[in-house]
Amino acid sequence: MDLRRPTTRSSSGGVEPRYRQVGFVTTTAEPAAAAASSSSSPRGSDVYPGSLSPVMIPPPRIPDHLTALSPAPVSLLPSSPPPPSSSRLDAAESDLDDDDDDDVDVSWARPPPPALLESKEGLPDTQNEGAPAPAPVQQKQKLSKAERRAIQEAQRAAKASAKEAGLSRKSVATVSTSNAAMSKQLKTVKTPPKKDLPQLTPPVASEKKTSEHPPDRDRKKDVPPPRMQFDNVHRVEKTKKHSLVNQAEAQNRVELFRHLPQYVHGTQLPDLESKFFHLDLMHPSVYKVGLQFLSGVISGGNACCVAMLLAFREAIKDYSTPSTKTLNRDLTAKISSYVSFLIECKPLSISMGNAIRFLKNRIAKLLLTLSESEAKASLQSDIDRFINEKIIIADHVIVSHAIAKVRDDDVLLTYASSSVVEMIFDHANELGKKFRVVVVDSRPNNEGQALLHRLVAKGISCTYTHINAISYIMHEVTRVFLGASSILSNGAVYSSVGTAAVAMVAHAFGVPVLVCCEAYKLHERVQLDSICSNELGDPDVISRVPEREDLCHLKNCTYNENLQLLNLKYDTMPSDYVSMIITEYGMLPPTSVPVIVREYRREHIWI
Amino acid sequence: MEPDASSAAAAQNPNPNPSTGLPPISAYYQTRAEHHAVVSSDWLAHAAAAASLPPSSDAADADAASDAAALLSPGSNGGGGGVIEEFNFWRRKPEAAEAVAAIMALAAVIRSSRATTMMELEIELKKASDKLKSWDATSISLSAACDLFMRFVTRTSHLEHEKFDAAKSRLIERGEKFGEISLKARKTIAMLSQDFISDGCTILVHGYSRVVLEVLKLAASNRKLFRVLCTEGRPDRTGLRMSNELAALGIPVKVLIDSAVAYSMDEVDMVFVGADGVVESGGIINMMGTYQIALVAHSMNKPVYVAAESYKFARLYPLDQKDMTPAHRPIDFGVPIPAGVEVETSARDYTPPQYLTLLLTDLGVLTPSVVSDELIQLYL
Repeated sequence: MDLRRPTTRSSSGGVEPRYRQVGFVTTTAEPAAAAASSSSSPRGSDVYPGSLSPVMIPPPRIPDHLTALSPAPVSLLPSSPPPPSSSRLDAAESDLDDDDDDDVDVSWARPPPPALLESKEGLPDTQNEGAPAPAPVQQKQKLSKAERRAIQEAQRAAKASAKEAGLSRKSVATVSTSNAAMSKQLKTVKTPPKKDLPQLTPPVASEKKTSEHPPDRDRKKDVPPPRMQFDNVHRVEKTKKHSLVNQAEAQNRVELFRHLPQYVHGTQLPDLESKFFHLDLMHPSVYKVGLQFLSGVISGGNACCVAMLLAFREAIKDYSTPSTKTLNRDLTAKISSYVSFLIECKPLSISMGNAIRFLKNRIAKLLLTLSESEAKASLQSDIDRFINEKIIIADHVIVSHAIAKVRDDDVLLTYASSSVVEMIFDHANELGKKFRVVVVDSRPNNEGQALLHRLVAKGISCTYTHINAISYIMHEVTRVFLGASSILSNGAVYSSVGTAAVAMVAHAFGVPVLVCCEAYKLHERVQLDSICSNELGDPDVISRVPEREDLCHLKNCTYNENLQLLNLKYDTMPSDYVSMIITEYGMLPPTSVPVIVREYRREHIWI
Repeated sequence: MEPDASSAAAAQNPNPNPSTGLPPISAYYQTRAEHHAVVSSDWLAHAAAAASLPPSSDAADADAASDAAALLSPGSNGGGGGVIEEFNFWRRKPEAAEAVAAIMALAAVIRSSRATTMMELEIELKKASDKLKSWDATSISLSAACDLFMRFVTRTSHLEHEKFDAAKSRLIERGEKFGEISLKARKTIAMLSQDFISDGCTILVHGYSRVVLEVLKLAASNRKLFRVLCTEGRPDRTGLRMSNELAALGIPVKVLIDSAVAYSMDEVDMVFVGADGVVESGGIINMMGTYQIALVAHSMNKPVYVAAESYKFARLYPLDQKDMTPAHRPIDFGVPIPAGVEVETSARDYTPPQYLTLLLTDLGVLTPSVVSDELIQLYL
C-alpha cells in the first residue's frame, strides 16, 4: 500500500480520493453539515476573510468554513498541486504529501518488506471499500444537537491530532499506523454477511495491535473527501460491488504491476448499466460517455478527449447554480465529480488531464460579475475553441508539416492506428504522391486492421504484418510515422504498447522515426520506464483468440496460482529512438519538448 | 576577397531529366566565378561564358538561354526587379554575406515604398521577400535572413503602436545596421572561440568560411602557435584560397587532398567548419565533404566545432541528405567525361547533430540541441 498511494496518484488523480473516502467513513456527514451550516449563516462567511488566524477562534462556525475550504486542493489534479497555504489544515495536508514521498524512499531502501506489506494490505483495502454501506444510515438518524456536539468533538480531536501528527509523520511508523487505522475501520464495520472474510483479516490485525489507533484515525479527519457531497450513494454502491470483484482478482495479479489499479472487466459494464435510473447526480451525457469508454466504443487520445469535452459542454449547458452557492465553486466541484466517474470507467490519459485542467482554469477565471447565462456561454465557447484550436486545427498543421517528409516512392510504416497519422496518409494520397504503407499490428487489440480497411478503400497500396515480423519488413521502409498518447519532458514518448519496439527496430535499421503529437498532449512529467505508470487491461483478452473459441487452452487456468496474465496498455519510448517530433509548433528534436511545454503554458494562460 | 564560399547556391531551373547533359548552372557558381574575375561583371557575359563551356551541345545552349532569360526577366520587372537588383548590388561586395545583402535589399524596399500603413508595408515586404527567396531557392542563409527580417517587422507592427513614419524609419535603420551586426557577429564568435584554441594544437578546416578565418586570425594575433590543415576543397579549390590567407598571416598550413582526411585525423586536435545553414535539428548544412569529415572525427573522438552566425538558423529539419533542395554546380575533372556516365554534382551536405560537438555563435557557445530552442523562442 505504501507503494500504491503515490504512484496511483500520479497516474490517475481520482483513485486517491476514492481511497480517502473509504477511510473516512465515520465522518461522512461532516462535509454535508459544513455545507448546511454555511448556507444557514451567510454572515459566517463574511467573518472568515477578515480574521487573521481563524483556527484560533473557538466559535464552531469558523472551523466549519475551514473544513469546507481545506479540501479544495484535493480536487485539483495531482500533476499540478497548488502551493500550500499558511493555514494549519493545509499545512497538515502538505505534510501528508511529503509523507507519501518519504514512503516511496523508504520502500526503495527496503525492497523485501514492501512486497510483504502489499500482499497484506490488499485485503484490508478491499474490505474498506465495502465498509461504507452502513454509514449513511447511521449518520442520518442523528439529531441536530447531537450533530453539533459531534462536530465540536471532531474539531477538538483534529487539533490534538495535528500536534501529534507533526511528530508521528516524521517516523517510518506512519505506514504501520495507517494500516492499523484500516484494520480498525474494518473491525468497526464488520457485518454478518461477510463471515467468509474474517479468516483473512486476523493476521493483518494481529500484527498491528501494538500501534497507536486513535491518533491516526483522528488525523484522517483533517481531510474529509469533498466528492461525497455530490455522488455519495452512487460511489458507495459502485465501490462496494467492485470490492467484491476485486478480491477474487487480487490473487492473480502480476507482482510487478500490483501498484496499478486492476479490475475485473466483465462485470463493470452490466453493473453500470443497471444503475442508470439511480444516478440522479450524474448528467446523462457524461454517463453516456462513461459507458462508451467502458465498452471501448470510443478509444484513442483525441476521440476520448473530444467526447469528454462535448459531454462537459452539455452538462454546463444544462447546469443551473444553486441559490446558496457561487457558480465557480459549485461548477468546479461538479466537474470534479464527473471526472471521478469517468476515471472509474477508464483511467484518464494525459491529453484528457490537460483538457480538464484547461477547463477548470477557465472556470476559476470567470468574472463574478457575469450572469449565469453569460458565464455558461463563455465556458461553452472556451470548450469549442479548445477542441477547434488544440485538436482539429493542430492536426491540420501537423499534417501540413509531415507531408513535406513524404516523397514519391516512399515506404511509410505505422504501428496500430493513429488518427493524425491516418490524416497524413490520406492527404499525401490526395496530393498525388506515390507511396506505400506498411501497417504493423499486434494482439490483442489489432487496431491496425480497421486502419488497413480505410487506407485500402482510398486506393493506397498497403502491406499488413504483425509486430513479430517487423525486422523482416523494416529493410524496405523509408519512414516510420507514429502517434503518441503523450510526450514527456525528457522527450520520452508514451504511446500504445509495442510502439517502443517498433521505434527501436527502426533505429537499428537507420530509418527515421517521426512522432506526430498535438502540443496539448505534452506533459512536464519525466518518466524513464513503462512500469511506474501504465494501465492494465483485461487479462482474459490475452487468453482468448477471437472467432476460434476452441483454442482457449487457458480456459481452466484463470485462477491458477502459478499463472498471471498481464495485458499492458502503454509503452514508454526513450527519446534516443525518436528522429523528429511533429507538433503544430513545427518539427522539433526531442530535446526541445520542455521549451514547447513552457511556451504552451504561457500561451495557455494568455487565452 | 571572396564572399562566403560555404554559401550554397542552386540552379534556377532544376533539371528534371538528369541524364541529359549537364545540370543547369547555379547562381552560386556564377557568383564565385565573378569573384574569381574569370569573367566580366556583366550578367550577359556570365551567360555567354556558360554557353561557351564544353561540351557545346543543344542541351547546354538551351540551359544557357534559360539562364539568360531568367537573368534578364528580373531587370524587366519593375518593383520585383528592384529588389533583385538591389540584392545583386549588395551581393557583389566582397565583405557582405548573402544574408546581409538580402536584408539590405529589403530595407531598400521599405525606403522606396509608398505604403501608408504598416499592413500595406508588410504585404509589400512579403512579396519582395518571397521574390528574393524564389530567386535562389536553395540558399539557406538567404531564406533565413528574409524570415528573420519579416519576423522582426511583424513583431514591430504588433507590439509597438508607433506612428507609421517613425516605425518605417526605425525599420530602415534596423535593416541598414544589420551589416554591422554581421561583422560584430564574426568578432564575437572569434572571441568566444579563443578558449578552444590552445597553444600547440592542430586544427583541421574545410571550406572557405570567413567566420573560421576570423577565428584563426584572432588566435594568431594573440600570439598562439598552432597548425592548420586545409582540405583541398575540390572542385572549387577553396582550401587553396584558405591556405593563401593563412600563410599570409604567418600560420603554418598544410594542404590535404580531400581523401587524406582520415589519414591525417590522428594528428588533428579539433575540426573547425563554417555553416551555410544551421537547421532546427541542430545539424548544419555546409560545403560538400563536411559530413564525411564529421563522421571521421566522431569515430576518432575529435571535437567538431561549428562557427556560424545566428542569422543562419533556419526552420528546416532534414532527415537525410536527399531531404534538401538539391544545389548543383558544374565539376571540371580536367578530362572529358565519357558519355552516359553520371556525375554527382551536389554542392553541399547535411551533418546530423550527433556528430557536432559545439556551435560557436554570436548568441554564445551552444550545444546542437539548443538550436531548436532558439528558433522556438524567435518564431513562436
